[in-house]
Amino acid sequence: MPPLLLIGTRKGVFLLRGDADRASWSLDGPHFLGHLAYHVVLDPRDRRSLLVAAKTGHLGPTVFGSSDLGKSWTEASRPPAFEKLEGGKGRVVDHVFWLEPGAAEERGVWYAGTSPPALFRSEDGGDTWSPVSGWNDHPMWSTWTEAGADGTPDGSILHSINVDPRDTSHVYVGVSGGGVFESTDGCRSWAPLNAGCAADFDPEPNPEFGHDPHCVRLHPLAPDVLWQQNHCGIYRMHRPEGVWQRVGDNMPRDVGDIGFPVGLHPRDPDSAWVFPMDGTDVWPRTSPDGRPAVYRTRDAGRSWERHDRGLPRENAWWTVLRQSMAVDAGDPVGIYFGTTTGQVWGSRDEGESWRSVAENLPHIYSVEVAEPEA
Amino acid sequence: MKVSIPTPLRSYTGAAQVEACGATVAEVLADLDRRYPGIRFRMIDEQDDIRPHVKIFINRERIAALDVALEPGDEVQILQALSGG
Repeated sequence: MPPLLLIGTRKGVFLLRGDADRASWSLDGPHFLGHLAYHVVLDPRDRRSLLVAAKTGHLGPTVFGSSDLGKSWTEASRPPAFEKLEGGKGRVVDHVFWLEPGAAEERGVWYAGTSPPALFRSEDGGDTWSPVSGWNDHPMWSTWTEAGADGTPDGSILHSINVDPRDTSHVYVGVSGGGVFESTDGCRSWAPLNAGCAADFDPEPNPEFGHDPHCVRLHPLAPDVLWQQNHCGIYRMHRPEGVWQRVGDNMPRDVGDIGFPVGLHPRDPDSAWVFPMDGTDVWPRTSPDGRPAVYRTRDAGRSWERHDRGLPRENAWWTVLRQSMAVDAGDPVGIYFGTTTGQVWGSRDEGESWRSVAENLPHIYSVEVAEPEA
Repeated sequence: MKVSIPTPLRSYTGAAQVEACGATVAEVLADLDRRYPGIRFRMIDEQDDIRPHVKIFINRERIAALDVALEPGDEVQILQALSGG
């Protein structure tokens, strides 16, 4: 099935349509030129509906949807928004950052993570959204999230929404900063899930929350396996044990295990890819030494292989953000990532070699790979 | 009354100037949203505050809240603030 890359950028949405060999790509776009497009996601349940999380520098946030793979678009009639607070200063959604479809049997259900770090849910394919009160109004929300004040340069965010495919009431989210949180009762109650994870910026050696997950992914075929690229390293968890294991300690010391994204093999829960960045000194957040590389593990993080064939060998000072790495379901799998300098790179051999599949796009926020209906 | 629309919001109206009705700014914006669904939330947040980079003028006087009364023939201008360099 020819893949479709969904690319959210600082200046709009681009779609890259591949051929069956994943060898040639055609660019469609920009859609919503000038919009900050944080995330573009295909509904895997109908394989033709798209949602886009968007805003502009001057206008408020919204969600756009398409039921025909981007040929036409409509705007959500009720975008994610907090309840109006009478007589006080209520919270305001600055932007929608993360979009996540519900489980396979929950047709029409979507989740959205925002800045400040709040959770919203739609039951009609993204047309109308309601606050998830169990998270947004949780008595610990302000404490866990520092009221949304302590976050990334673009604002504290809720991201990495993962729904357990075995149990739709079991949901994980990542909050930057705040940590990983878990609900087992349909988002009504929540608990931190950060044991074993470092928070080097916190004077408390083992805080219960306050961590900075950059990207958390649950393996779809082994849902007890979670991977996390954190501000402080690469982690893996076997959920019944409930403790994050720092598998990034096995990365080369001169590269380190700081980064934003983590991509999972669709069939092998022991295989994953990361894109390290420079987290030393003042945190340049660029490829270490200007030499970008993807690192792959095939043994659950016990060892890592460097893969940079085809990538620039020097003077490439870009970054791959947390939503900007995606893995397809091919055999061998294809991997794609987008850079902050507007390039999209692809690999058809599980990351061993790379080639540019698009250049000169705006600053890339997100890359998703989809298999649309024919 | 006539309402001037800035370029970032013309994807909703298709025009630089449109008609809307109401006895207050809030009512005019509600009427605009009925005619052009979605336009209000792009400029007014969920707490009914004007978004930071949107400015609304009545007869060239800038307003800060939506409960300002309007008279027939008042001129409503919605502007995008100059910000960002």
